[in-house]
Amino acid sequence: MDFFIQLFTDPVGFYNQRELLLAQIGINAILAIALFVTFYSGQLTLANAGFMAVGAYTTVLMTNYWHTPLPLNILVGALLAGAISVLVGLPVLRLRGVFLAIATIGFVEALRLGVILNVPITGEGQGLQNPTADPLGGIVPIVISLPILAYVIWRLTQTRLGQAWSAIREDELAASSNGINVPLYKMIAFVISAVIAGYAGGLETHINFFVDPTEYGIVRTIQILTFAVVGGVTNVLGPIVGAVFLTALPEIVRQFQSYRDVVNGVILILVIIFRPQGIVGRGGLALIRPRWLPARWSPRERPASAL
Amino acid sequence: MAQQLLNAIFIGSIYALFAVGYTLVFGVLDVLNLAHSAVFMLGAVITYSLVALHGVPFLPAAIVAVIVCGLLGLLIEYVALRPLRRRNAPPISALISTIGLALIFVAIVEQAKPGSFFGWLWQDGANSVRFPSNSVPNPTYHLLGLTIEGTKLIILATTLVLVLVLGSIIRFTQAGRGLRAVAENRRAATLLGIRVDRVFASTLFVSSALGGLAGLLFGLAISDISPYIGRDQVELKGLAVIVLGGMGSVPGAVIGGYLLGLIEVLAFVRFGSNIEAGVAFAALFLVLVVRPQGLFGARLRERI
Repeated sequence: MDFFIQLFTDPVGFYNQRELLLAQIGINAILAIALFVTFYSGQLTLANAGFMAVGAYTTVLMTNYWHTPLPLNILVGALLAGAISVLVGLPVLRLRGVFLAIATIGFVEALRLGVILNVPITGEGQGLQNPTADPLGGIVPIVISLPILAYVIWRLTQTRLGQAWSAIREDELAASSNGINVPLYKMIAFVISAVIAGYAGGLETHINFFVDPTEYGIVRTIQILTFAVVGGVTNVLGPIVGAVFLTALPEIVRQFQSYRDVVNGVILILVIIFRPQGIVGRGGLALIRPRWLPARWSPRERPASAL
Repeated sequence: MAQQLLNAIFIGSIYALFAVGYTLVFGVLDVLNLAHSAVFMLGAVITYSLVALHGVPFLPAAIVAVIVCGLLGLLIEYVALRPLRRRNAPPISALISTIGLALIFVAIVEQAKPGSFFGWLWQDGANSVRFPSNSVPNPTYHLLGLTIEGTKLIILATTLVLVLVLGSIIRFTQAGRGLRAVAENRRAATLLGIRVDRVFASTLFVSSALGGLAGLLFGLAISDISPYIGRDQVELKGLAVIVLGGMGSVPGAVIGGYLLGLIEVLAFVRFGSNIEAGVAFAALFLVLVVRPQGLFGARLRERI
């Protein structure tokens, strides 16, 4: 409980002690937003850890070799991730459901094990030193870009593009017979997601002095998926809430720290069984409703069909 | 080279054994059970703990471990899968709830230290251990210039026997017919009086028992037992295997397992150990893109 007491009585001290935690929360929230975009269009793609790696390595390599300014490097990293996502997406997005998830996992691991660990410029298995990192200054762009990104994506879901994604998610066949170019819109979602993930990867390198290839594997992928699912994927707030909640939880409850994965697993199972729409989702912030309590104001809760 | 091919057969056997359980659950329940790799790890961990911490001889320890893993399969069914089925949730939810269970299983072993709550199960935290050298007899044979270890022969024999037994159960017995009926069409099977929930529970039991067995054989042959062997060594390779063989197809999983073992060994010989690990995923990616129904699978059923 110290966590909350300090948060309200000593916000400055709280901030100073936990800057890195805040940065991590921000990065995780951005990654969760990236996953949300593809989820929103009805696709379970798990390639984000790979695009993150593209962004991270591009940023650090450009900084180390060309000494170009950081914003440019992050931008190039994000765009490169987007470009690669087009190449990956062309064959892969024809798949659906579990098959899509598996293929994208295959991409992530093939990239990590096959490319990153074998190309000399990425330091192979040793990772990369990043001497220009600035752990404290790196927080500022993260904290600034999170709300901007969230707002942009939220606006995007309100546009025709967002409606097309919703239509595809609810019923792909119906969407396509209504004149929606399904492959195109799926690809747009995939690319946007990859750009955001690459951006997050670039941002993250600025708070670490070291780029570690083991960070960008299946474990990270599943972590991001957990954030999105626990938070809920019916609107963009969900993944952010999930990321904040799950990243901060071990800090809040210190006793859990070593057993954080047990706690995460239990939360994941409970959420998916009792509240499939996530913490934020249709039905508002309502907690689990006991079966005997009449559902007064929740009109027939329906999970997003992609989930 | 011949020695390498021999290694391909042994590692392929473990992949096959692991993937058969994986693919069985996918074929019958339409669910990707991502806790399978955690059960694989627990198979090795439980055997190790019985042998090294409690002084049980290897064979009884292995039998107990396989049964415990089967029971864990029931746990997966009752905790992570059945509640979702009751609600008609899409298969993706089951994928996520089994990820939850896998996280829990791995974290429990990873955090176990002497004196901690799970100290009776595991004492080495995140470290890797091996069976005490005198606990398992391991005669070595020399044949035609090849070195064959006894444990690896056991692995090969166990895999072949079990796969044949499982295959004939599925094909020829009443229970197997029920299983295939449920896999084909759940509703029709219910109407014909098959107890679908019971079929699901027994599928999970058999699948997880096989997964646990694969795990303990892996620990025996590779001498590497740690909380991460499931996640790092077989989880994704198992996916590659069942995709190669066609998802839901048991013979496909067996052939896919040996094929992956072969591909890996060839890549190792040709390009060195760094490429080896990436090859499985490149193959996985390629097969999914070019031939999503797998090399031996039937038509691709659309699932989401």
